[in-house]
Amino acid sequence: MADLLDQGIASLAKSLARKEISSVELTKTYLSRIAAHNPGLNAYVTVTAEQALAQAATADAARARGTAGPWAGVPFAHKDIFCTQGVRTACGSRMLDNFIAPYDATVVERMRDAGLVMLGKTNMDEFAMGSSNETSWYGPVRNPWNTDLVPGGSSGGSAAAVAAHLCPAATATDTGGSIRQPASFCGLTGIKPTYGRVSRWGMIAFASSLDQAGVLTRSAEDAAILLQTMAGFDPRDSTSVDLPVPDYLAGLGQSLRGLRIGVPKQHFAQGLNPEVERLIRSALAEFERQGATLKEVSLDNSHLSVAAYYVIAPAEASANLSRYDGVRYGYRCDKPADLEDLYKRSRAEGFGAEVKRRIMVGTYALSAGFYDAYYIKAQKIRRLIKNDFDRAFSEVDVIMGPTSPHTAFALGSKSKDKDPVAMYLEDIYTIAVNLAGLPGLSIPAGLLNGLPVGLQIVGPNFAEDRLLNIAHQFQLATDWHTRTPGVAAASRGDR
Amino acid sequence: MAIELKDIENIAHLARLQLNTAEKAEALGSINNILMMIDEMRALDTAGVEPLAHAFEASQRLREDVVTETDQRAALLALAPNAAEGLFLVPKVLE
Repeated sequence: MADLLDQGIASLAKSLARKEISSVELTKTYLSRIAAHNPGLNAYVTVTAEQALAQAATADAARARGTAGPWAGVPFAHKDIFCTQGVRTACGSRMLDNFIAPYDATVVERMRDAGLVMLGKTNMDEFAMGSSNETSWYGPVRNPWNTDLVPGGSSGGSAAAVAAHLCPAATATDTGGSIRQPASFCGLTGIKPTYGRVSRWGMIAFASSLDQAGVLTRSAEDAAILLQTMAGFDPRDSTSVDLPVPDYLAGLGQSLRGLRIGVPKQHFAQGLNPEVERLIRSALAEFERQGATLKEVSLDNSHLSVAAYYVIAPAEASANLSRYDGVRYGYRCDKPADLEDLYKRSRAEGFGAEVKRRIMVGTYALSAGFYDAYYIKAQKIRRLIKNDFDRAFSEVDVIMGPTSPHTAFALGSKSKDKDPVAMYLEDIYTIAVNLAGLPGLSIPAGLLNGLPVGLQIVGPNFAEDRLLNIAHQFQLATDWHTRTPGVAAASRGDR
Repeated sequence: MAIELKDIENIAHLARLQLNTAEKAEALGSINNILMMIDEMRALDTAGVEPLAHAFEASQRLREDVVTETDQRAALLALAPNAAEGLFLVPKVLE
C-alpha cells in the first residue's frame, strides 16, 4: 500500500485499469492517511469521506461493467473556493463558514463526470487573498517540507495536501500567483492556464479579470490529465473562451530542439536569492542540453506589476465582495439595530483583516476623485505590461525564470503586525502573468537547504500544451519533481 | 497621497465595514503603506496609453433571451440567515 501513495494520477489510473487495486481501497488508503497527517498540516478543511467512498464504489462498478473513463476512481481534492453542492464551501472565510453550496461549479461537475473521486476541500487564504495561507479563518496551513514554514498561498492547502501525499493532485486557483508560488514552495507542478481556458462558473470570485483555475500535481503528465478534464468552453462563464482544447497528454512527446527561451533580465535582478538563481540557471542549462536556446528579454514595466495589481485586484474584489451583506446567505451579526448596522457588523465580523484591507483599498481606488489616478492609471500600466510580453513573444517561444525570489518562509515572518506590502512583493515574478492573462507553470527545479525551488515557465495565450510538454521533457531528464518531504516519506514506515 | 483617519472612516462607511478605534488606526498605517507602494505608478508617463480592462479586451457575450434557470426559491431561501414566508428578513426599514 505504501508506494501507492507515491503514485500520481497517470500511474494510479493504470493500477485501477489493471484491477490491481479498487478505487474504494485506494480512497480508504487516502482517507486514513488524511486522518493521520492532516491535523499537523491543516491542509483540508472538510473531508468528504462518505461521498468519496460512494463515488469510488460508483467508479469501481463502472469499471466492472467496462464503462469507466480512463481517470475514473482516481482520488483528488478541491480547493474550497469551488462550489460543491451539498458540501460546505467556505473559501477560507468566516463569512461562508455556514454556506452549503446549492450547486456545483463547472470544474466540479466536469471532474465528477470524469469519475474522479473528491476526498475533500482544501484550506486556503481567505477569499484567495494571501501568499502564505495565513489569512484563513480555519488557521494557517503548514508546509510538509518543514512545518515551521508556510506552504505559500493562496492555494496552500491544496499544495500541502499534494506534497504530503494526502491526495495525488488538487485543484487550485491563481489571481496573482496562487497556484505557482505554492507549487514552488512545496515542490510541485502547478499550472495557471490562460485566462478564459477554464470556467470560472461556481468559483468564488476574487478579481474577476484575473482569476483562473488550474491544478497542483506531482508531474506535468498529471497536470495535463487534470487540465484536460477541466478546460473548455462554458456558456455559463461570460468570459470563457470558445476555442478547441488540444489533447494535452498526446502533446507531451515533443523534442525541445530549437525551442527559444526568453530569460527576462528583470527576474534575475536585485532581490533574488543568489542560490535560487544558481539553481534556476542550472535548470536553464538543462534545456540548452536538450537543444533549446536562451535569449535575454526585457519586461520593461514588470517593476510596476505589483503596484498595478494592488489597484486592479482590490478594486474588483471590493465590487465582488459587496454581495456579502448578511441578508441572503453567509454570516449575519447578532441583534442588528438597523439595516446599516446589519451590513456593517456582518461584514466586519465575517471578513478577516486582510480581506477588509483589500476591500478598503479597492473602495478608495474606485471612489470619486481618485478613479483616474489609481484605477485608470493601473489599467494603462496593465496594457504596457501586456505589450512587454507581446514584444518578447515575437522573439521567443516561452519565458523562464524563478517562480519566487526565495524558498518557503517562516510562519508569522511576513504576517502578524507586519507591513502587508512585504507579503505583496512575494508575487513579484508571477503577478504580471495574470495582468496579461497568459498561461504560467511552475515546476520543481532543485532543492536549497532541503527546500524546493520553482522554475516558472510562461507562454503566449493558449500555449498550455507547449508549457506542459516543456515541463514534461524537463521531468524526463531530472528527478526534482519526485523528491518528497519528510512527512510524505514518513508514511512509508507507517504501513 | 497619504490618507488620514477621516478618509479611513469614509472608506469604511462606503464599504459598509464597522471598524473600532484600533482597527481604524491599523488600517490607516497599513493602507498608507500600500498606497505608497502603489504610488510608484506615478513615476511612469502613461500619456496616450489606452487603459486595458481585460487581457483579451473581450466584450460580454450575449445569450438567447430564454429562461434557463429552474425554480430554486426554497433551496436559496434555506441559506438565508433569516427568512419567512418566501422573503429574506432584515431589521425594520420603515416605521
